[in-house]
Amino acid sequence: MTAITATVEGIAASANADTWLVHRGRFLDATFLLGVGDTSYLVRIHHGRVEAIAKGPFVMPRATFSLEASEAAWRTFWQPVPPPGCHDLIAMIKTGALALEGDQLPFFANLRYFKELLALPRPSAQTAAAAGVR
Amino acid sequence: MSANPDFEPAVGRYLHLPIQGKPHRLYVEEAGAGIPLVCLHTAGADGRQYRGLMNDAEILSKFRVIAFDMPWHGKSSPPSGWQRAEYKLTSRAYVDTIMAVVDALDLDKPVVMGCSIGGRIVLHLALEHAARFRALIGLESGAHAEPYYDLDWLHRPDVHGGEVCGAMISGLIAPTAPEADRWETTWHYMQGGPGVFKGDLHFYTADGDVRSRVAEIDTAKCPLYLLTGEYDYSATPEITRDLAARIEGAEATAMPGLGHFPMSEDPARFLTHLRPVLARVLAASKAS
Repeated sequence: MTAITATVEGIAASANADTWLVHRGRFLDATFLLGVGDTSYLVRIHHGRVEAIAKGPFVMPRATFSLEASEAAWRTFWQPVPPPGCHDLIAMIKTGALALEGDQLPFFANLRYFKELLALPRPSAQTAAAAGVR
Repeated sequence: MSANPDFEPAVGRYLHLPIQGKPHRLYVEEAGAGIPLVCLHTAGADGRQYRGLMNDAEILSKFRVIAFDMPWHGKSSPPSGWQRAEYKLTSRAYVDTIMAVVDALDLDKPVVMGCSIGGRIVLHLALEHAARFRALIGLESGAHAEPYYDLDWLHRPDVHGGEVCGAMISGLIAPTAPEADRWETTWHYMQGGPGVFKGDLHFYTADGDVRSRVAEIDTAKCPLYLLTGEYDYSATPEITRDLAARIEGAEATAMPGLGHFPMSEDPARFLTHLRPVLARVLAASKAS
């Protein structure tokens, strides 16, 4: 099992290598708090690039909004073909697995960006099959 | 120049008709010949969702597949004066629109198949006009849906409506859907007019609540088939099963590997579930 911290921190390089994702986020400046179980990360985005992912704990974290779920929920979300209800951020908000709090405007104004950003650790089904991942 | 252009079988025309006393101009597409099969698109989308059916030779040999864009949607116009009021779909307006189209086209006992809001309105049709239809097919059908996000995000000047509507529904598509069909389905949502998806959801989440009446549906008058994708978190298979349990004779089928837009997100997979239903409609038509 991959260390979850490496997975989360790997989002930065994956995002910044995706020029189309960065382009679509070019009007986005936000820092959001990503909660993975008991661990928090502050993800700082500037002009669509992920400038930093800092791992908590934090004394007084400042974030535009937060997205928090259990480690198990994120691991399920990041499966190559996640099961129904764990396959999408809005689906997880509906089931209560994911909590969205704070100023939601940048989240909804850039909803496709955030859905794709947070799905970056998910291997494609083809890649996973080739690597023998189930 | 090509001497043999690669046209699909569907032909689209504009239909003029009054709906609730107001003149309307609706875009109607059709292909095939036989039993009329009227297809109703989801909230905030249009008839292009049924392109898979419109191109299936086997279905077109037995059914006249008709898909019209609701007023405000696709290539249909909103009624004159639209700029002065918020669009909010109601059960009454939706039923009246469908019946107006059925009458204008003089359809004899058509089958009506609707998805999402269309899957809800077929329940209203079953309650109010069962004798007019040969069969009703509800895709992603539930008697009611609770809103699970603030619908205001879909229509406000500081959030791009097309972007947010497309992104909002993207997760309702199963992860196994073919890429081209997934993004075509998303594109339809990105093209919706401002506030139209939200206005449709007024029917879906408030006005169209039919929980207290579904038990009155008489499937002996008109059979009701319900098909729901397992990745649909809006109208889940559980919601459809709950609906079917309240209606004597209704049949519910869960469709693995499909989401909220089965006919559009993965037409080939969807047709494996629809063909047996259409076969039963045909058999019942021959028997009667």
